[in-house]
Amino acid sequence: MADFIRTMKRVFSYARPYIIWFWLTIIFAAGSVSLSLAVPIFIGDAVDCCVGQGSVDFGELRKIIFRLLIAVVLSALFQWLMSLCTNRLAFRTVRDLRSDVFGKLQRVPLSYIDRSTKGGLSSRVINDIEIISDGLLQGFTQFFSGVITILGTLIFMLTINVKIALVVVLLTPLSFIAASQITKMTHRFYLRQSELRGRMVSFSEEYAGNQKLVTAMDFCDRAVGQFAQVNSDFSSVGANATFFSSLANPVTRFVNGLIYAAVGLLGALGAAGHSAFIGAMSVGRLSSFLAYSNQYTKPFNEISGVFAELQNAAASAERVFAVLDEEEIPDDSDKLSVNSSDCSGSVSFDDISFSYSPETRLIEHLSLDVLPGQRVAIVGPTGCGKSTMINLLLRFYDPQSGKILLSGRDSTEITRDSLRSCFGMVLQETWIFTGTVAQNISYGKPDATREEIIAAAKAVHAHGFIKRLPNGYDSVISEDSGLSQGQKQLLCIARVMLMDPPMLILDEATSSIDLRTEQRIQRAFEKLMTGKTSFVIAHRLSTIKNSDVILVMRDGNIVEKGSHA
Amino acid sequence: MRPLLKYLKNYRLQLVLGPVFKLLEAVFELIVPVVMADIIDNGVANHDSAYIWRKTGIIVLLGVCGLGFAVTCQFLASRCAYGFGRELRDALYRHICSLSYESVDRFGAASLVNRLTNDTNTVQNGVNMFIRLATRSPFLVIGAAVMAVTIDLRLSVIFFIAAPLISGVIFVIMRKTVPMYKTAQQKLDRAATLTRESIEGSRVIRAFSRQGLECSVFDRSVDELTIASESVGRISAILNPFSFLIMDCGIAAILWFGGERIDTGSLTQGELTAFTNYMTQILLALVVLANLIVTFTKAFASANRISEVFAVEPESSGTDVPGSVQPGDEILRFNDVSFTYKGGGDCSLKNISFSLKKGGFLGIIGGTGSGKSTVAQLIPGFYEPQSGEVIYGGKDVKTLDKAMLRRRIGWVAQRAVLFSGSVRENMRFRCPDASDEDIIKALKTAQAWDFVEKMPDGLDSRIAQGGRNLSGGQRQRIAIARALVGSPEVLILDDSTSALDYATDLRLRRALSEELPETSVVMISQRTTSIKDADCILVLDEGSPAGVGTHDELLRDCAVYREIFNSQMNEKGGGGNG
Repeated sequence: MADFIRTMKRVFSYARPYIIWFWLTIIFAAGSVSLSLAVPIFIGDAVDCCVGQGSVDFGELRKIIFRLLIAVVLSALFQWLMSLCTNRLAFRTVRDLRSDVFGKLQRVPLSYIDRSTKGGLSSRVINDIEIISDGLLQGFTQFFSGVITILGTLIFMLTINVKIALVVVLLTPLSFIAASQITKMTHRFYLRQSELRGRMVSFSEEYAGNQKLVTAMDFCDRAVGQFAQVNSDFSSVGANATFFSSLANPVTRFVNGLIYAAVGLLGALGAAGHSAFIGAMSVGRLSSFLAYSNQYTKPFNEISGVFAELQNAAASAERVFAVLDEEEIPDDSDKLSVNSSDCSGSVSFDDISFSYSPETRLIEHLSLDVLPGQRVAIVGPTGCGKSTMINLLLRFYDPQSGKILLSGRDSTEITRDSLRSCFGMVLQETWIFTGTVAQNISYGKPDATREEIIAAAKAVHAHGFIKRLPNGYDSVISEDSGLSQGQKQLLCIARVMLMDPPMLILDEATSSIDLRTEQRIQRAFEKLMTGKTSFVIAHRLSTIKNSDVILVMRDGNIVEKGSHA
Repeated sequence: MRPLLKYLKNYRLQLVLGPVFKLLEAVFELIVPVVMADIIDNGVANHDSAYIWRKTGIIVLLGVCGLGFAVTCQFLASRCAYGFGRELRDALYRHICSLSYESVDRFGAASLVNRLTNDTNTVQNGVNMFIRLATRSPFLVIGAAVMAVTIDLRLSVIFFIAAPLISGVIFVIMRKTVPMYKTAQQKLDRAATLTRESIEGSRVIRAFSRQGLECSVFDRSVDELTIASESVGRISAILNPFSFLIMDCGIAAILWFGGERIDTGSLTQGELTAFTNYMTQILLALVVLANLIVTFTKAFASANRISEVFAVEPESSGTDVPGSVQPGDEILRFNDVSFTYKGGGDCSLKNISFSLKKGGFLGIIGGTGSGKSTVAQLIPGFYEPQSGEVIYGGKDVKTLDKAMLRRRIGWVAQRAVLFSGSVRENMRFRCPDASDEDIIKALKTAQAWDFVEKMPDGLDSRIAQGGRNLSGGQRQRIAIARALVGSPEVLILDDSTSALDYATDLRLRRALSEELPETSVVMISQRTTSIKDADCILVLDEGSPAGVGTHDELLRDCAVYREIFNSQMNEKGGGGNG
């Protein structure tokens, strides 16, 4: 509970700029609810005006109905205004929160992103915050109006008749007990149901998702049998879970009915003058009382619903705050900002030691001098730490000891941004974002002219296929919009080509792309590397052969250093 | 929807009784205000406390019965919905299993999974809600109106104005907001795409120092989302206050005209109270109905998606059995085969002819998209050629019993897919009763036993979904071993050794010819080294045969083959020195 409050407080701290909407919500809620609670009183008064044949007080009735209409119109208006305020409050709060988390993800060290599952991180920005948004909306609208309704109803009932009101209060826990019992029962079934549903879904994903393979192995009959088993387990538990959860409505309706009957009984006895205990009461008052008792339990249900929703929201908020609490890369804006023209292209590793975790040692005491314009090939089996070299050069990770010198300058004395602007990087895993081809190519140089973009594309032999796309350079593409791996790779190379940085880091693709594209990519790489200091994670012998320095890595160590000759 | 109704057949009883019980509950609920009116008109007016007690007892009794009926209905609804859902899913999965590759391609595997899991769930929920609410809400509306009519015909005119008015408001607002909700959802999807892309591209973004740009693009998209959500919120926020307003105006009208009726003596005070009560009931029922319409719209859309799958005919299969073939005789032959994928415009294969002997080794090589996999997929009859014939065991594949044919063929796909379960379970896919010796023998042949043996539980070791806990090469070797269990007549390896290093690849090929001499092998590869020992190599270039023959013949006669070979030899030649 303490955690819950702390988390919610922190969520509300995001609402601070919109606090005005919060107060307006409460004011409108109070106005709307108290006016709507007055309605049964007016109705009761009106009923009292109509005692019987020939004895209807029309003058009074007109006045009451007029008041009733005013109350009704204002209440509706306030309710609408309240929703507008809550909407604004909730949507703006989560907008800020979302924008904050996204910004945070740009500032956390890469090690954090590497450690996390990618789907999990984006789910926090999208799904978790959506749940918080739902929680806030529901919380603001239903919680406040619910509480005000309960308090208001009690006050109105107490003003009409204290004793009947007390009976209603005494009967209230019935509704709570029933609701909590049902929730408890349902919860168990729900857990089991979601587990079995998960099992059914993953079976479907595995088998129906690989239907062709299942057909090819003639495994269908057995798969159908296994599915039937999983399906029947899920269905029987699901039926129970649904049944128990569906009890909540009838049971609360029943409890409500009991309260209604009790109020009717006592009120009628009082109105009939048979109970000195209850005291005198008019028929109109009785009907207002009945109207109250009819709507009395509803806010209780709603509030318990809101609590469930808020608990979900708090759980999501905790996940979001966990991201926000991650340590950030220290600000380095006071460091030296270098220009790519200051960069001679010489790189030295000076006694570098690095590992991702203290238990497993990786790179130890690595020293290496690369002269301007030299080509360094890094080779070795998968997982040997080749990509670690990229991480260190671009300062995605920092070494535990030792220094990397760029043009003789300690790289930690340079701002990360300006250091990275001296490098062009092409990774094996292509990155294409949703946008036009031109936007993708000019990613590193947003002000590039169309001519420059086309020149870069031509240089890497991508111009041909781009022109064949439906809208040429303005075709909208994404990672899975049907471009082949090789074509995506060419676009990524064109991106670097356009930047024309003094140093390069390239990761050659291993995946089987077809021969012609592969040769094209090779040619594009060659063109890119001309006259530049370049580090290539090499899979091809031709690359290795043409390199000035070859680093053979195994288990994070450089086992051999030399040139091809 | 109609084709799905038959899965409700076994639950007709629940389907009928459920709403009946719900109706009974609604009837009882409607009687309560009448009884209360009686209490006021008779009990209070006559100061008859015994009468009041008796009638209150009736109200409680009505409540108890109502509860009983409601619980019965919910029970029947849950049984019916989940029973229906279970039969529907079973039938749907069985049907999916019977589909041809062409049909699977048409829907896409992901979409089939979605229909099997999510759509069936939505329809099931629709059935549940139908039983529980579809009769209750309209009945409450109609019932309340009927009760009003029986109390006072002229006063009930107010009902017939208010109820359609409220329905109209609900309808108009829903029609306005549904597309707006879609827009908001699209904006959210856009934000999700941006998030996913920026996480996936975090290295590139940082390398280009574009974090600021990413943030501003994202902020803009989130602003759009906020605006879209707020504008839909503004409109949907009208719904509740406005329908309550109409209802309350109705009540005011009832009070005013009711007053007149009471003054003339045609209405009592208690009846007036009942009238206002029915008004409230109508509104609440209409709101439930509006939500129900949303549920049903979704259920119908899902039902249609499921029906689409059922509408596709199962794969046709012949009944013939392939003839038995002696070693050295021909087991497989392509006669001038041409094939085009449905909706695929260009011909994928043109005039392919070759022949494979029992125990023989056929290699297929060519660039991406040259049709290598297509050739392989025609052999087990996954697709049927438009012209020419595929002959297996002396018979046209079209006429063969497909299941029988596939049991004789070991198929290893390009992407090695393993299923969650133990190694042993995975290995028994082709032969459910394979012994451990058979399995180990297959693993040894596929060069997989050395690492399976080292796994903590040997054959009982768990494989995670998709084989994630194994490396690419390990997955491929187990997938090959899986196809070897039960010694298939023909083994098809569709570029299935790409993750193996040269030495393992070589050991695998040697083991195959030594351990399974009678098995014919069709091997698709990008590497000339993998297939150069083949009895026959088919070289494909954009769907057309560029050459058929042995390695030496092709080197001499086939330019495409020579080009591929030379480019790879250069790499390999250097490899010796590296």
